Formats: sequence, C-alpha cells, structure tokens
Amino acid sequence: MAGAIEVHGLVKRYGALAAVDGIDFTVPAGSVFAFLGPNGAGKTTTVEILEGLRGRTEGTVSVLGLDPWTQGDELHRKIGVIPQDFHFFEKITPLEAIHYYRSLFHTRVDPQELLRVVELSDKANARFDTLSGGQKQKLGLALALTNDPEICFLDEPTTGLDPHARRSIWEVIRTQKREGRTVFLTTHYLEEAEILADQVAIINHGKIIASGTPSEIIRVHGQTERMRIEGSPELARYLAEKLGIAVAATDGHIEIELAGKRDALRILSAIDASGLPWESFSTRQDTLEDVFVRLVGAMDEGALQSGGSP
Amino acid sequence: MNFRHIGADYRIVARSYLRNPVALFFSLIFPIILIGLFGAIFSATGSAKVTVVVLNEDHNSFVSQEFFSELNNTSIVSLQFANPATVSPTDFASWLGQNSQPVGLVIPAGFEANYTAYLQNHSNLHPVSLVLYTNPEDAADSGAATGAVQGVANGFNLYGAGGQAVVTLAPPRNVGSQIYTYIDYLIPGLVGFSILTSPMFSMVNITSEYRKNGLLRQLSLTPLTRAEWLVSRIAWYIMLTFVTAGIMIGAGVFLFNAHVQITLGLVPWLVVGPFLFVALGMLAGSVARTPESAAVIGNIITFPMMFLSGTFFAVSLFPPWLQTVAHVLPLYYVIDGMNQVMLFQNSSRAFFDFVVVLAISLVFFVAAVRLFKWRDE
Repeated sequence: MAGAIEVHGLVKRYGALAAVDGIDFTVPAGSVFAFLGPNGAGKTTTVEILEGLRGRTEGTVSVLGLDPWTQGDELHRKIGVIPQDFHFFEKITPLEAIHYYRSLFHTRVDPQELLRVVELSDKANARFDTLSGGQKQKLGLALALTNDPEICFLDEPTTGLDPHARRSIWEVIRTQKREGRTVFLTTHYLEEAEILADQVAIINHGKIIASGTPSEIIRVHGQTERMRIEGSPELARYLAEKLGIAVAATDGHIEIELAGKRDALRILSAIDASGLPWESFSTRQDTLEDVFVRLVGAMDEGALQSGGSP
Repeated sequence: MNFRHIGADYRIVARSYLRNPVALFFSLIFPIILIGLFGAIFSATGSAKVTVVVLNEDHNSFVSQEFFSELNNTSIVSLQFANPATVSPTDFASWLGQNSQPVGLVIPAGFEANYTAYLQNHSNLHPVSLVLYTNPEDAADSGAATGAVQGVANGFNLYGAGGQAVVTLAPPRNVGSQIYTYIDYLIPGLVGFSILTSPMFSMVNITSEYRKNGLLRQLSLTPLTRAEWLVSRIAWYIMLTFVTAGIMIGAGVFLFNAHVQITLGLVPWLVVGPFLFVALGMLAGSVARTPESAAVIGNIITFPMMFLSGTFFAVSLFPPWLQTVAHVLPLYYVIDGMNQVMLFQNSSRAFFDFVVVLAISLVFFVAAVRLFKWRDE
C-alpha cells in the first residue's frame, strides 16, 4: 500500500526544547493509524504539522503527496479534521452546519445522509449549545466528512464520552476504513487503538518508542501469555514437579507462563490428574495498554535515573 | 474572494445573531431606549425657562412689578417670589441653598423711589443695585438668568435716559436650513454611537473567544479566507446598521418630532461606518491574547471615541486641545459626516469626511486581514 502520510526525520523545536525529535513513520492509505503518547509527548505538535497548521524545523513530511506547510490550502480540501473538544457556532444546528461546510467546500454531500452516518439525525435541528458532548463530537465528525476526505485526522474524538457514544464513533471510524479512507487517530484510550487501529505508533518525549500493528507491539514489548489458577500451594508444587516448569504461587493464586497453546492443555490435564482442589483458571496476555504503560513508564524512569545520576 | 463563501458565512452570522436574545435587544430595543432616554432628557432643552426666586424688598411697587413683567417677557426666566416677611436679604443666599434654588434676585428697598426720582430730574441720580445670586455649578442657567436681568436693567436705564433702541435682536433662529432642536442634533450622534459600539464590541469579543475555543482553528482548515470571514461580517453589520438607524430615526421622528433629512446621502455612511468598525474590532481582537485582554483593549478604543466624537456633545464645546484629540478619532468623521448630510446639507464637507473614513477603513481592513490569525502559534 502507498503511504498516505510519510514522515522522515521530523523535528520541531521551540527554542531549546525539541517537542518532536526526529521521528519517522508511514501511514498506509486506507488504514487506521493510531498515534499514542502521554500528555506533552509531541502528539498534537506532530498532528498539527501533518494538518499544515504548524511549520517544522527539520525533516520531510508528505500528506497525500503534498507538503502540508507550503501546500496547505490544497491539502485542506482533501482532509477532514476533528479537533479535541470540538466547538462550533452556538446557535447553529447540525443541519445548518453541514450546509455551511458544503458551501465552503463546494461539495454535494447529502446532509441528512451524513447525519445518519454519525447517528445524529434526531438532532438535525437542535442548536449546537443544546447538544451533549458526544453529540457535539459527532457533529465534528460529520463536518470532517463533509468534503469526502481522503484522510480523516481525529484528535481524541471520544475523550469524555460515555461508552455508548464512544462505540458509535468507533463504528463511524470503521465505516470510513471500509470506504477506503485513511484515518489518523490520536487517543488516550489504548483499548480504542487496539480495537480500531491497523498500525500504532507510540511517541514519548518527542521520539517514537514503538510502532507496528497492535499485536506486533504486544508480541515484541509485552510479556508471555500466562495461565492463572486459583489453587493451593500443594497444587503449585504438584504442577511444578509433574510438568517441570516454573510455577509462581502467591495468596492462593498460581501463575504459569505459557510457551505455547498446548501448554495450557498439559496444565489442565495435570490439574485434573492431581485430585487437589482448585476454583477457577484463566489465561491472560498483555494488552496494548499494559505495553504502553510499561514502555512509557520505563522511559520516564530511565530519564529520571539518568537525570538524577551525577 | 469567493462570494459563495461570503454568502454561506453571512447566513451563519445572521442566524447566530438573530437567535441571540441579547444581541437582538441591543440591536432593536436598545436604540429605542437610547433615543427615548436622551430625547426625554434633552428634547425640552432651549424652551425650558430658568427659575429665578425674587425677594422684593420694594414692597410690590409699580416699578418693580414692571421690571418683573419685562423679565417675564424675555421668555428666559420664570419668576417665583420669596416672602420678605420670612426671608431677609442677609439670609437669602443660604435660604436659596437650603431650598435647592440655583438663582435668586433681590430688589432692594427704594427701587421705585430712586428710579422715579431720576425720571423726574436726571441730576437726581441714586443708582440702585440689584443683587443676583447664581450657582457656579449651573453655568448655563446662571448665564441665562444674568443675561435676562442685565438686559431688562439696560432697557430700564435706556428708557430712564430718554434714549431709543437702535439695535435690536430678532427672535433667535437655529443653524441650518430648518429650526432644529437638540434631539435633531442628537440623532446623528446616536446613530454614530450605534455604528461604533455594536460591531466593535461584537468583533473584539468573537475574534478572541472563537480563537480561544478553537473555532477559528477549525475554520482555518476550510477554504474560507480571512478576508471572506471579515467581509461577511461587514456585510451583516451594514445590514444591521440600516435597521438600527431606521429604528433610531423613526423613534426620534415619532416620539420627539425630530427634524432630520433622510436622503440617499445617508447610505454611504451606513455602509462605510460598519466597514470601519468591524475591521477595527477584528484588528483589536487580533492583537489581544485572551478574551479578557480583548475586552480591555476594546474598551480603551471605544470609550474615548464614544464621548469625544460629538456623540452626545458638540465637539466645538470642548477645549481646543480636546478638539484636536477628537479630530484624530475616526468616529468624529462618521458623526460629522452624518450631521452634514442629515442637518446642514453640506455635501462638500460630507464628502471630505467620507474620504477620510473610507481611507481609515481601508487601512484597518488591510491591517486586520494581515494581523488576524486563525489560531495561536
């Protein structure tokens, strides 16, 4: 797949501070790309550079083959953007807002259809200041789609929304992907990125510290899959002797690392054969959130340690 | 400049405005209140008489009654009489103060006797001193009363000396082609006031507020240009100015029988005025970093113009240095231009004012478009 967005050696400095410090990534066309990072990591700066709202210090950036900074006007006709905490004219209705954008972009999109896509048809004639947070974000999403964009930049589109509203926005994002659009998503919700994204990049202190598909990142940076059994220390000792593997037992819980899927079957057979009492079992693998916390935490800890050393 | 963009943005501005009760109040109701208020205060100016309290120590003599009759004929003063039995000449000043009377006149005892003695024998001259008490804080009433009393006294002196009046004063007439009252002069000023305040406060506010909440950033990602954004607002405020001016002039005419010329010559002012102050408002909002500082900047620009441009008081009443200040304020030329059109029909002066306002407007427009930023850097 061709890169809808290509970033090489991107640097953005504010005086001595490097908000973005030499990052590279490519977003394939038609994919959902999640750009993750803690507050102040350089996410918003990077996104604004990609949107043509901010210049760069060094590096090359190509969005749909255009330089966002020098060809911003042309680029803005091809992208849709929903910013964090979307605002609009308070007394204007969603229907009027879409008509407004339609006139500005000279498109023939059907406003009612667009409102149906974002599940806002019932609020078509409600004024913006009467909409809930989720409904406002949905309107932002609808406006971002008014010009039939090739890339949608969604900056924390579900922050502060209730679970139902979040899921309806997820569905819109999936629809965009199905229709071949590229979605560049920044979010604080790691679960959201794991569910929606084809590719993920994690940025911290202006540098990308991990990238790939969610499963690749978990595989490379996460811990091995583990089985957890509620059972006695006797059962733990039995399993260790019987299977010849490392078994950890704490507070009535037994935890065993699984080298492969068949290990789980061997453990269950051994438990059954032991005749010892047990309550329940489960297997658990690291989530993207576990990996994120570990990577960002380790980096910050390292930075603290190196900063604190003489 | 894309007129489709301007039209779309204009519709948004219009809907936002028309759905805002506060904005509607200030556009449609406040002008009537303003005209009503100032009209009620000032419409009687020029016809109201100055009350003069008289202490007649000459015991209602014929000559003193004649003097009062002549004072009444001036149509400047209205006489009230203090009771000489309860007020003495020495206490009269404090009595006036206690009774909130700004002007008092004492006719001394012997007024008739001395005057008639002089009429009978001109060598028998014993001048009589009338004592007039005035309030320095009320210069207008004090001046009018002094002039009236002095004028009647001069008439008595002339008659007593056997002279004839050679130079007399015809009934006063007003400047311009018609007889104008204060409300007539006030209407162009208040229309100018409205042209200044509505766009200025609104543009300063929305420019900083929309930048703060990210709406301008959002619009920067559309094909709408800064110039189009500004032009659509100018177009809206021009429309609004026509409505507001119509309401104000209508209220002045129907409520206070104002006499102002409503001609096509007024149209350029109702166009260039909002053009000027929308651009200035956007410029002020652009240099402000926060909505709070924008409000301060807006007030610093607006308030001196509001009071020093001839809105409520004629600039000619100001001391010379303040008149110089007034002449650098753009609103001065807007109001002066409308005065020339609506009252004096002085087209050459109106044209000069128009050129000045247009030139300032163009400078502000270009500066606003250049300095206006969709978002904070």
